[in-house]
Amino acid sequence: MTATGLAASFWNLANPTRFLALSGRVLPWLAGLAALVTAAGLYMAFFTAPPDYQQGDTVRIMFVHVPSAWLALFLYAMMSLSALGTLVWRHPLADVSQKAAAPIGAAFTLLCLITGALWGKPMWGTYWVWDARLTSVFVLFLIYCGILALWRSIDDPGRAARAVAILTLVGFVNIPIVKFSVDWWNTLHQPASVFRLDGPAIHPTILVPLLVMAVGLSLVAIALHLSGMRTEILNRRVRTLTILQADHPSEGGI
Amino acid sequence: MEAALSVAHVSVSRLAVRDLACRRGERLLFSGLSFQVEAGQCLTVVGPNGAGKTSLLRILAGLLHPVAGEVACEPAGEAEPRELCHFVGTREAIKASLTVREHVRFWRDLLGGTADPDAVLAEWRLAPQADLPAGYLSSGQRRRLALARLSAAARPIWLLDEPANALDNAAQAALAARIEAHLAAGGLAVVATHLPIAVKGARTMVIGGAAP
Amino acid sequence: MSAFAALVRRDLVLAARIGGGGYLSLLFFMVVVALVPFALGPDLNLLSRIGPAILWLAAVMATLIGLDRLFQADEEDGSLDVMLGASLPLELAILAKVLAHWLTTGLPLALCVPLFGLLVALPAEAMAPTALTLLIGTPGLTAIGAVGAALTATMRRGGLILAVIVAPLMVPSLIFGVSAANAAMGGTVPFTTPLAILGAISLVALVTAALAGAAALRGGE
Repeated sequence: MTATGLAASFWNLANPTRFLALSGRVLPWLAGLAALVTAAGLYMAFFTAPPDYQQGDTVRIMFVHVPSAWLALFLYAMMSLSALGTLVWRHPLADVSQKAAAPIGAAFTLLCLITGALWGKPMWGTYWVWDARLTSVFVLFLIYCGILALWRSIDDPGRAARAVAILTLVGFVNIPIVKFSVDWWNTLHQPASVFRLDGPAIHPTILVPLLVMAVGLSLVAIALHLSGMRTEILNRRVRTLTILQADHPSEGGI
Repeated sequence: MEAALSVAHVSVSRLAVRDLACRRGERLLFSGLSFQVEAGQCLTVVGPNGAGKTSLLRILAGLLHPVAGEVACEPAGEAEPRELCHFVGTREAIKASLTVREHVRFWRDLLGGTADPDAVLAEWRLAPQADLPAGYLSSGQRRRLALARLSAAARPIWLLDEPANALDNAAQAALAARIEAHLAAGGLAVVATHLPIAVKGARTMVIGGAAP
Repeated sequence: MSAFAALVRRDLVLAARIGGGGYLSLLFFMVVVALVPFALGPDLNLLSRIGPAILWLAAVMATLIGLDRLFQADEEDGSLDVMLGASLPLELAILAKVLAHWLTTGLPLALCVPLFGLLVALPAEAMAPTALTLLIGTPGLTAIGAVGAALTATMRRGGLILAVIVAPLMVPSLIFGVSAANAAMGGTVPFTTPLAILGAISLVALVTAALAGAAALRGGE
């Protein structure tokens, strides 16, 4: 495919109507697959994975906690990419993608914090410590909340998208801090054990269910994101039609 | 000051607008708008409320991005359009606690002018109020203070949005004379107004079609 | 006078006349500092241990409280349009406004540390280092706040949302500011290490404020 052909197909997909048609066909399959993989992952996490010799059954919390943490970071990275799309390329779907990703990212960050606290009580003897990793994830949650609040407080969608995009990019500073906090500071939270240069430091009986859960929850996140984008596009159409109708009341209802 | 005036004026011989389209929120205000204003000309823009007169001036001033089309100052120099024009809008950029003279001095320094603030104030009949905080001005006096920005720094393109609002007859005539002097010195002006303004030789352009 | 200096001067004059900046944020700082001993009880040992933290927290709050008007006032009355028409780049105009705001807020706070330090029983040898951390750290706080102020410039009630979006971004300054001040009161870390990091954060924040703030104000259209 030539460069112009590629660009043309890219812009075709960028067309919201095309996007609605395509995502409408993909979404039911995606949602079904997400439910299936997550169910399989949960089954493996609860029934086939062995209890840890130190942590006992509490290790099963990790099968939700770790993928949530990955997704919290991944969704923020995706939001930042969409923010670039809004500011630099003025891509028509970038605004929509940003807006749909924010609540999902906030939800996974909260899930990560809550599961971490539940795990911390039996293991560390406390729900919460002000350790560098925990604090930086908490700050990530606050940044997500700020982004959601900014979306809600500006009426005009285009203007809101630009403002949120700038805030998202400024807040991106926190992402490397979250990732590397366990290496930079001597923290209570353990360092990375899956994504390491010398290979994962986890036994396969734990690693396999963890990865299945990660794939399952990622599919859930993608399905939610697509459906959120569809809702947002339709919302904007309703808004446009309402305003147009106010301008030309004689031309019939919506 | 005279030297600065002429130098500033030489740099623009024509303001050319091609296929301009503007959208505010979901509304398309206008599209396919093309016109030219030569040095020494004044264009009056009229149209119903909400037709996009203010938006057009803000696009010309470089304060607003059009969805399509372009604005060009000819000959194309190094300066951006926003540095070549004065935009005097309905919001007057006046701080209640600064004195009248401080406003003019600030605008002169900010916009890179060389004018003497007291001469500018005398020109716009604000000399008696020079040391008064601007919060005490009447609305006509506020309008004249906002317009005094035109004299504080010399710029070739004047973009005026409803400049005659709140002005009495004498002040309106003085404004028209000031615009004519600007045109005679080689400047150009675009004025959005619904009040007739007595600038000799001004062309009129209607945008927005029939009133809703 | 250059456009940059004219803008700084105008903002200083406005702050002095309206009283919105300057001594009011200083008073606010004092009130916050004075409230802490009432909440904790008059335990001087405890107070002197957390003294730098109290001063820093009060500085963060005093910075946040006045910032929502930084660009909003100019946006409302059309002054922002005039600034956009100046040949001064908007990035520099923002730095001019940040500088003026810091001169009326952050600088007085840092200079008054010896006075307020007495209220929280700060040891004498920690006074100057704590003042120095505030002197280096508050420009960063103002700059980070300026990004939020630019984002909320067109909102009628921007104060609360400004605090919500800006406060998480101030965490690094707070951490290194307080740890530098604590290092000066004794500890294993040398004073200059966190201080250097604090300075770096402030410089990065100033650059970010200029770029992101300008993008936000242009995007407000």
